[in-house]
Amino acid sequence: MSETKALESMIGEEYKYGFTTDVEYEDFPKGINEDVVRLISEKKNEPEWMTEFRLKAYRNWTEMEEPSWFNATYEKPKFDTLQYYSAPKNKPKLNSLDEVDPNIRETYEKLGIPLEEQKMLAGVAVDAVFDSVSIFTTFKEKLAEAGVIFCSISEAIQDHPELVKKYMGSVVPARDNFYAALNSAVFSDGSFCYVPKDTICPMELSTYFRINNMNSGQFERTLIIAEENSHVSYLEGCTAPMYDEHQLHAAVVELIALDNAEIKYSTIQNWYSGDEDGKGGIYNFVTKRGACRGKNSKISWTQLETGSAVTLKYPSVILQGDNSVGEFFSVAVTNKRQQADTGTKMIHLGKNTKSTIISKGISAGKSDNSYRGQVKISKKADNARNYSQCDSMLIGQTCGAHTFPYIESANPTGKIEHEATTSRVGEDQIFYLQQRGISEDDAISLIVNGFCKEVLKELPMEFAVEANKLLSIKLEGSVG
Amino acid sequence: MLEIKNLHAVVEGEDIEILKGVNLKVNKGEIHAIMGPNGSGKSTLAKVAAGHPEYEVTGGDILYDGESILELDPDERAHAGIFLAFQYPVEVPGVTNTTLLRESYNTIAASRGREELDPLEFDDYISDKLELVQMKRDFLDRSVNTGFSGGEKKRNEIFQMAVLQPKLSLLDETDSGLDIDALKIVSDGINKLHGDDDAVILITHYQRLLNYIEPDFVHVMIGGKIVKSGDKTLALKLEEQGYDWLEAHATVNGEAG
Repeated sequence: MSETKALESMIGEEYKYGFTTDVEYEDFPKGINEDVVRLISEKKNEPEWMTEFRLKAYRNWTEMEEPSWFNATYEKPKFDTLQYYSAPKNKPKLNSLDEVDPNIRETYEKLGIPLEEQKMLAGVAVDAVFDSVSIFTTFKEKLAEAGVIFCSISEAIQDHPELVKKYMGSVVPARDNFYAALNSAVFSDGSFCYVPKDTICPMELSTYFRINNMNSGQFERTLIIAEENSHVSYLEGCTAPMYDEHQLHAAVVELIALDNAEIKYSTIQNWYSGDEDGKGGIYNFVTKRGACRGKNSKISWTQLETGSAVTLKYPSVILQGDNSVGEFFSVAVTNKRQQADTGTKMIHLGKNTKSTIISKGISAGKSDNSYRGQVKISKKADNARNYSQCDSMLIGQTCGAHTFPYIESANPTGKIEHEATTSRVGEDQIFYLQQRGISEDDAISLIVNGFCKEVLKELPMEFAVEANKLLSIKLEGSVG
Repeated sequence: MLEIKNLHAVVEGEDIEILKGVNLKVNKGEIHAIMGPNGSGKSTLAKVAAGHPEYEVTGGDILYDGESILELDPDERAHAGIFLAFQYPVEVPGVTNTTLLRESYNTIAASRGREELDPLEFDDYISDKLELVQMKRDFLDRSVNTGFSGGEKKRNEIFQMAVLQPKLSLLDETDSGLDIDALKIVSDGINKLHGDDDAVILITHYQRLLNYIEPDFVHVMIGGKIVKSGDKTLALKLEEQGYDWLEAHATVNGEAG
């Protein structure tokens, strides 16, 4: 029907971040072997223990098989021809913004992320990662006053080796899975954050990731540690240019919350998703996991996933500490030929642990959108509770929505609730709003925003506007 | 105000004709009631007038203030002042009544060159309207029609009508599913909203509604056509005798299909 077409054109709005930036890159061999791993470590001037960490991970990786259990089909990445490290030519360390390659600065400005601190959103510190390296971190001094360390992971390896050594790989071990192992071997940069005891981080922290180079993969590594009685909120944003070839993005994020600490981690993912026929786009194969190590600690994942050709991502929480809380709020929008298999794992180990999962999937075009979630209550986790709600919304007749919940309870006092609904944006719903004077564009935007509201309200205020804008970019368009 | 001329309509993509030559003229200040058995095309007529994409007009015309509206989108018809109170109001989860109404009100206001209202002004404006349908304030913060009882949904339609102040209101079985108290509230609301400058078309199965809202004209629709028109006494006769005598009449005249 004509309505459906209108809907599709609306959702199929052109990708606005698909431009490339002309920068010179350092030469680096393609493909992967121990020498390449060593070379990455050498380029980054890393200590011996870090090189060993990488090599061990690489050896693990070579013995692992690429997984295929998820609900997505795609051409496997060619690991032999991929470039594992890609750095723009510039001075190894920047002392001021003036030293950043003007082309790269312009890129971030085009993306709406000015690096100049005076232009920054009030109270947001930004770390910008361009291809493989961190370009600049803003507000470093102000954060340092509060005792908060916020820098690139490369700097952290140099300046805070004891923290990195202690925590890196403690939540996502190098042999955890195929892509985590690869990341552990070749990760190039990423963000590091340490919030000391009794500290509330004075501002939102944020990292913007940009893949620019055509043949490079991006393997960033993020590590956030919240000490006792501390609190931090962190947001990452992602974009990439449009290329016909698929690009691999395999990140690892580890969060550690100690007693009474709280970490809120939000993602706005808008990697290039490929064209109508599924050509090009990012493979977003990411391992994100948080450990609530301390009593009464809390980790909260919020994600707005709109991009990528294929997304495999399950931000999880291991609820070790008694009374700890895990949350997962997700909106995943797929269109064209996009495939998303995303969800969470909530592993209850401590007593009185609590988890909440709210997942909203919106599928349009010829896309496939799957929720996959695991809730596990271990023997010792007395009085653990989980509530899961998975809602799917279909736009048009050619897309798919799937829900795969896995529930496992080894403790009779555990309580698990799971609710799931599927709805279709119907002609009647749009007609109803149009009859009230609202245009078709706005009607769809209103319906989708209403559907996602519970999740969107979890995003930090500074980014709520951005999220709404992204949703409507994804949804807006001329109606024929 | 509204003139429907020999209107024919089918379900989009199908051959079955539902409206088979409807003629109706409505002037400012008038209340018309359209009655008829199930499946006679009453609701279809209302939806076609509002521009529902499920139907295709295959003949005739709808003139509104002298101009054909067949080419207008539903939202453009709404801007022109046409309001449809739905027989089955649609749920819009996550969107509050206030959000929808302010968006509606301001869009319509902008299209008519009236001033838009900011959230505070709008809040004052709708508070008065709430009383009209005896709704509590918390009603405004609930998602549109989500989890509403049948009666609440119908009252919400009339509340929207009060806020948007249309010129032509098509009320599609607004009385069905209402208990007697709610029917009184809704009818009172409609009576208060109706004046010399607007017109109301009531689509109903029951004469009961017409005890509360007095129509100037009553039309009977059978088989996709208006087969008889009269004053309110026609409704009383229908209540007593049903539609059989009219169906026979329509067949004799070779008009029913």
